[in-house]
Amino acid sequence: MSEVLRAEQLCRYYSVPQGFTKPKAVVRALNGVSFNLQAGQTLAIVGESGCGKSTLARALTLIETPSAGELWIDGKPIDFTHKPSAELRRTIQIVFQNPYGSLNPRQTIQQMLDEPLLLNTTMSKSERRQAVATMLERVGLRPEYAERYPHMFSGGQRQRIAIARALMLKPQIVVLDEPVSALDLSVRAQILNLLTELQQELGLAYVFISHDLSVVERIADQVLVMYFGRVVEYAPKTTIFARPQHPYTQALFSATPQARVGEKRERIHLQGEPPSPLKPPSGCAFNPRCRFTQTICKDELPELRNLEGSQVACHLAPIG
Amino acid sequence: MSTPLEQSHWHITWNYFKTSRGGMIGLAFLVILLLAVIFADFIAPFDPALQNRQALLLPPAWTEAGHLPYLLGTDAVGRDILSRLIYGARYSIFIGCVVVSLSVIIGTLLGVIAGYYQGWVDTVIMRIMDIILAFPSLLLALGMVAVLGPSLINAMYAIALTMLPHFVRLTRANVMGEKNRDYVIASRVAGAGNLRLMFKTILPNCMAPLIVQATLSFSNAILDAAALGFLGMGAQPPTPEWGAMLAEAREFITRAWWVVTFPGLAILLTVLSINLVGDALRDALDPRMRRS
Amino acid sequence: MSLLSVRNLSVAFPTQNGWFQAVEGINLTVNPNEILAIVGESGSGKSVAMLALMNLLPPQARITCDELVLDGKNLLQLTATERRRLNGGTVAMIFQEPMTSLNPCFTVGYQIDEAVKTHVGGGRKERKEQVLSLLESVGIPDPARRYDAYPHQMSGGMSQRAMIAMALAGQPKLLIADEPTTALDVTVQAQILELLLKLQQQFQMGLILITHDMGVVAETAQQVVVQYAGQQVEKNSAYELFNHPHHPYTAALLSALPERALPTGLLPTIPGLVPGQHNRPQGCLFAPRCAYQQARCQTEVPALAQQQQGWIRCFYPLETETML
Repeated sequence: MSEVLRAEQLCRYYSVPQGFTKPKAVVRALNGVSFNLQAGQTLAIVGESGCGKSTLARALTLIETPSAGELWIDGKPIDFTHKPSAELRRTIQIVFQNPYGSLNPRQTIQQMLDEPLLLNTTMSKSERRQAVATMLERVGLRPEYAERYPHMFSGGQRQRIAIARALMLKPQIVVLDEPVSALDLSVRAQILNLLTELQQELGLAYVFISHDLSVVERIADQVLVMYFGRVVEYAPKTTIFARPQHPYTQALFSATPQARVGEKRERIHLQGEPPSPLKPPSGCAFNPRCRFTQTICKDELPELRNLEGSQVACHLAPIG
Repeated sequence: MSTPLEQSHWHITWNYFKTSRGGMIGLAFLVILLLAVIFADFIAPFDPALQNRQALLLPPAWTEAGHLPYLLGTDAVGRDILSRLIYGARYSIFIGCVVVSLSVIIGTLLGVIAGYYQGWVDTVIMRIMDIILAFPSLLLALGMVAVLGPSLINAMYAIALTMLPHFVRLTRANVMGEKNRDYVIASRVAGAGNLRLMFKTILPNCMAPLIVQATLSFSNAILDAAALGFLGMGAQPPTPEWGAMLAEAREFITRAWWVVTFPGLAILLTVLSINLVGDALRDALDPRMRRS
Repeated sequence: MSLLSVRNLSVAFPTQNGWFQAVEGINLTVNPNEILAIVGESGSGKSVAMLALMNLLPPQARITCDELVLDGKNLLQLTATERRRLNGGTVAMIFQEPMTSLNPCFTVGYQIDEAVKTHVGGGRKERKEQVLSLLESVGIPDPARRYDAYPHQMSGGMSQRAMIAMALAGQPKLLIADEPTTALDVTVQAQILELLLKLQQQFQMGLILITHDMGVVAETAQQVVVQYAGQQVEKNSAYELFNHPHHPYTAALLSALPERALPTGLLPTIPGLVPGQHNRPQGCLFAPRCAYQQARCQTEVPALAQQQQGWIRCFYPLETETML
């Protein structure tokens, strides 16, 4: 297996004006995230809103320049001081959460799918038209849909179009930013199946951002759990689902409702809500909500360390 | 999906537009006006500048003193009011078109640039617009015409300038709203450059409010031009421009009501129709106004 | 006696192309102290039915109903004003988007106070006490400080708690929660569900939970109604529904859930799309997508009938033993 994506200590800070007299505050949306991804594999990034997963998606797709850290795509280090080359762009593409916002309402499907080819390849008009038709068929839509506008499609169909657009340049990596969470239940399964098939057929690597653990359990090979801009746990799927090590991962798993009646599970009650990014807690960011908090958690930031096949950022693990 | 599948945006907009009675009446009036303007040479009974010394201040044909062919009567120098109104419509529509195109094109361009780049570019453009807005628009136009010299063309430039800030602000606000939408980011990931993003991806999605604003500005342009004409700073006699006609008729207001009434009515009806069309367009173009 | 009893409720909206049947023949009974969940995909009419119940639909909507009894009162005989008085009092509702359900111009305390003023009354001081105790009961820390907070100063979870406090102000006997946790994070969702269940027990309310999340239903509801394209296709106890779904749609929906499917291979899916206004099938609305359809399903409309311990709208409901 070859490594297609590697991130080392990626950081992204934003400065937020605090009013006229106060100095600007710094929000660390992404704070030292590292991982690697092999071809044909899926890395799931799990976390709640504000944990930095969308910032990570934007950094990986080169929309945003990281404040610090390094990124290798297909073995080559990325130089963020230059505009990404066409070749680099072909390698990594993105599918967004909301299929109603991610398709340009004033463009036909043909125009939309044609754009990446027009801008990055030297294909002729008829070749591009052919490529669009082939891709539409591949994602399960009729080629004659190409002349229609997005408002004529349902949510599931739109997500197929968004996937088709991401695949037009034959990328090696696709960042999927909550691709099924805006979809209805019955459609969700269709799109998940399509993604699985495409991955097997084209050898794609997925960065799958999600908060839905049942979907993650199904599709992921590796799972990376984020809290407040940092990685709290990073492990192969089977390991993490069998034994979540970090107290936050444990709470997240136990808070996810299961569509089964009869088996009563023990719930971990997580108090409070994620901290404000303007007032980060000292030490471990999870300490105000953690049920095991000790003095060390408030004083020292836990580093990621290896533990029974997982990487965990917790002073106290194994615990719980 | 409540709309049939094979419809383009314009199709749908037209279908919604049709449901507005006011909009349709306004549109009908404007179509008639447009036809009158195009075929003015055939339907106007007289040359608009032709003076008939035998028929000074002749009242409309349906009154006791009036007679055909002077349907709406004549003015103080014996020119046929109907003919002058028909030819005057030419000026009004011409003024509207030129003024609106000028301010829409320049305003949209500046607005897109300001909204897309933000930062100091935005600050510079918007402060200039604020300065223009700080003057009462008619006063600014008057001042400009006074500097450039009174003529219809200069009046149009002046009016276009006073309308510019509205288009800039509207475009900027819309561009800023659309700029961070997912489809724009998707286009960027696909490799689209700034120019393509600004004008091909974002701008078409900001057109709806601009079209409405342009329609409503059309009537404002006609009104402002009429006002400048009335003050003697716009179209110069003997041009049959509606505002100028009103100005000339001012002294007869007590003796010959028709000389004042008909140009005034022409302005009123035209502006009203355009506003009705503009309102209907706004409802048709804004999805939030649509019934599902 | 049941708290709420609805028989054959239908709602239609006028569109350019004729009437759109948003809700068709809903039957519900909610007992005091019972949790009923209504599940369905978007466009299944679940929210519209509840808005009709509260008389909150726009006037052009055509609502028909054979029976609508709430807390012993026949709502069909009440005037609009009398029904409005029931809202917030006997029946209250909370919505999906807590951030937009609160008015951004007023403090949270003021808005809850308004609800208290309308439904309970009392002097300024008593009301403030009441608001503070409401805020406390929904688990908002430091109520005295939150009383003067504006909605934008609170997180989504806190706003939803404030909404719940407002709904409780009139001491409702029936609480309708329309996707109360959909916009929230998983850990906050768990807190809010927990809170709703606790309050429901504490005040002995009937609770109608509208949701599309099968997991939420399984963990909270006692009775479940499944909606498809405006129709009620199945009604059963939660245990029965999740362990032995009888309507093919319910069964297909449950088996399409990633957590219920086999761990490897592709997920089972439901082919096709939910019918829209223009392509409504003649017979059973689910027939074109149904794996068990027969000739009869395409021409005849099945009625909601009591069979196998529940209510099922199907000619050929799945037997218990055919399920996995």
